[in-house]
Amino acid sequence: MALAKITSFTGRAVTVPGNDIDTDRIIPARFMKCVTFDGLGEFLFNDVRKQLDGTLKPHPLNEPRFKGATILLSGANFGCGSSREHAPQAIQKYGFRAVIAEGYAEIFFGNSITLGIPCVTATREDIAKIATAVEADPTLEVTIDVTKQEVRFGGQTVKGAIRESARDALVNGRWDAIGELIDGLPAAKTTAAKLPYLAA
Amino acid sequence: MPKSLFQKVWDAHTVRQLANGQTQLLIGTHLIHEVTSPQAFGMLRDLGLPVAFPHRTFATVDHIVPTDQLVEPYSDPLAQAMMDELRKNCAQFGITFFDRASGKQGIVHIVGPEQGITQPGTTIACGDSHTSTHGAFGAIAFGIGTSQVRDVLATQTMALSALKVRRIEVNGKLRAGVYAKDVILHIIRTLGVNGGTGYAYEYAGSTFDGFSMEERMTVCNMSIEGGARAGYVNPDETTFAYLKGRPYSPQGAAWDAAVATWKSFASDPGATYDDVVKIDAATIAPTVTWGINPGQGIAINENIPSVETATSDDDRAGIIEALAYMKLPPGAPIKGTAIHVAFLGSCTNGRLSDFQEVAKYLKGRKVAPGIKAIAVPGSQIVALQCEKLGLDKIIAEAGFEWRAAGCSMCLAMNPDKLIGDQLCASSSNRNFKGRQGSTTGRTILMSPVMVAAAAVTGHIADAREVFAVSNN
Repeated sequence: MALAKITSFTGRAVTVPGNDIDTDRIIPARFMKCVTFDGLGEFLFNDVRKQLDGTLKPHPLNEPRFKGATILLSGANFGCGSSREHAPQAIQKYGFRAVIAEGYAEIFFGNSITLGIPCVTATREDIAKIATAVEADPTLEVTIDVTKQEVRFGGQTVKGAIRESARDALVNGRWDAIGELIDGLPAAKTTAAKLPYLAA
Repeated sequence: MPKSLFQKVWDAHTVRQLANGQTQLLIGTHLIHEVTSPQAFGMLRDLGLPVAFPHRTFATVDHIVPTDQLVEPYSDPLAQAMMDELRKNCAQFGITFFDRASGKQGIVHIVGPEQGITQPGTTIACGDSHTSTHGAFGAIAFGIGTSQVRDVLATQTMALSALKVRRIEVNGKLRAGVYAKDVILHIIRTLGVNGGTGYAYEYAGSTFDGFSMEERMTVCNMSIEGGARAGYVNPDETTFAYLKGRPYSPQGAAWDAAVATWKSFASDPGATYDDVVKIDAATIAPTVTWGINPGQGIAINENIPSVETATSDDDRAGIIEALAYMKLPPGAPIKGTAIHVAFLGSCTNGRLSDFQEVAKYLKGRKVAPGIKAIAVPGSQIVALQCEKLGLDKIIAEAGFEWRAAGCSMCLAMNPDKLIGDQLCASSSNRNFKGRQGSTTGRTILMSPVMVAAAAVTGHIADAREVFAVSNN
């Protein structure tokens, strides 16, 4: 299972502002009544994007000028709440390939990296700079350089930090750990044999 | 060197270091349910992999089960499809399934402890963020995504980075009418919804020492609402007494050996922590949320925040957004806020002691006219325990609908939902926008007794006043 080495990504960005955007907001629970992840993209941010009758509410993702954006910009503690992988799945299936935020909830971050979605952290000031530039020119190309931990846009460069284990996993194409975990299965059995509750 | 329980459990379950520096951690116990497991089994099939340790995965059904319909097929075909899928997957891979026919079905975080599957010094994972509940037993329990459910099914391990440990000491006696739920709402309010990011919380101090297992579970359950991936209480005699004689608890000579092992996992005196927070139990009041995340809480006698009370720009933005959604008057007392729905239940507060405490106060009282009130036991066993004690009758006579076990209105993936902008006094764990099934529905989190007080008065109330609870 050769995975892509995700060293950098370039695309257009859109800002979904706010702190503590929870996974219920990213994908409301009723859309999790499914046995596959197919089709979740359509329901990304559903209840803040759409009225009950399906007509659109004012929301950055509904603005034609941001159509085709592949980088999501947001605030602090992005993805808090439920552990549902449906949240990063919906983000990815909608068409996003990377996220820049002030910070992430732990489970969301891990789920996203496992799907190969770089989630980089930038300061509020730097996110505001990127957001301002994107607002002025929605076609602006933003580059997330995972290797160098930088975000480049319109001639500017800001820090785009990512935890070393995640950076390593992305740039070396081992962001989905399943292959390595399977390789470690014999060792896991040895560890289990030493624990009374598993040895029985 | 003295170690914390977290370090000991982590070390004992470390398989090896992975290439990116993360740890391949053995997960002793895996719990699954119908919502986050079907895709994982699908991935397993795509990869042509078996379940590595089928006897270490246990399944139940909780999120989608209707609490007012016991007979399949369920009226919601999507719910039935998820039920069928879990049944098929468990049968195919040889996994124990506590379904409704077993009499042991319930919310996964209630079933694990009551079966004795949840044990001290173990690692537990489940595709549900409230897996932190199991930490009450001195286990390290992680909520995980579906790809990790796949990883655990395929290898009984997952890739993780070690967490820092924050010891939260609560000392002293809680005031009358103050419950474990108030303790955790107070902690989250104090440390913030992301205060725990990167941490496991070790709950300690004389207040926790005196807590029952059910109270400890209520607190550990909501660790995730404070951003902590795991939360635990060191195992002690209370833990062992709870586990003794349960179906999956060790029996006979194995019991004594297990207790000795469990004790050895407790944090050593002098263990070092990345952070220590101390809270005086006497400062904790009955606490309710007023906003759209569990950190937006106030004591029942405080006023709803206003932009004038904001402590930062972030706080101000949070208050504006929350008040707009909650339709609450800034600066006014939260007490007296009219409610439409009262919900008792969830993995936070759906256990026997929750219903016992509520029944004590509901006896001889009536739910206010026009309030929809539902009481949902967390498991079939909890339901049976309540019914044997006649609690169901007391609660039903007061005007609550007594339902079958499930997650119910905590997240409304089943027919139990708010309608329009109804406001719900809820013993559950999340007050996010739309959480209880209506995109404009509003949730105020509180202890079960506070829910009962809100139900009988028709508004947010101080249960100590409504039920004449005094400190004598």
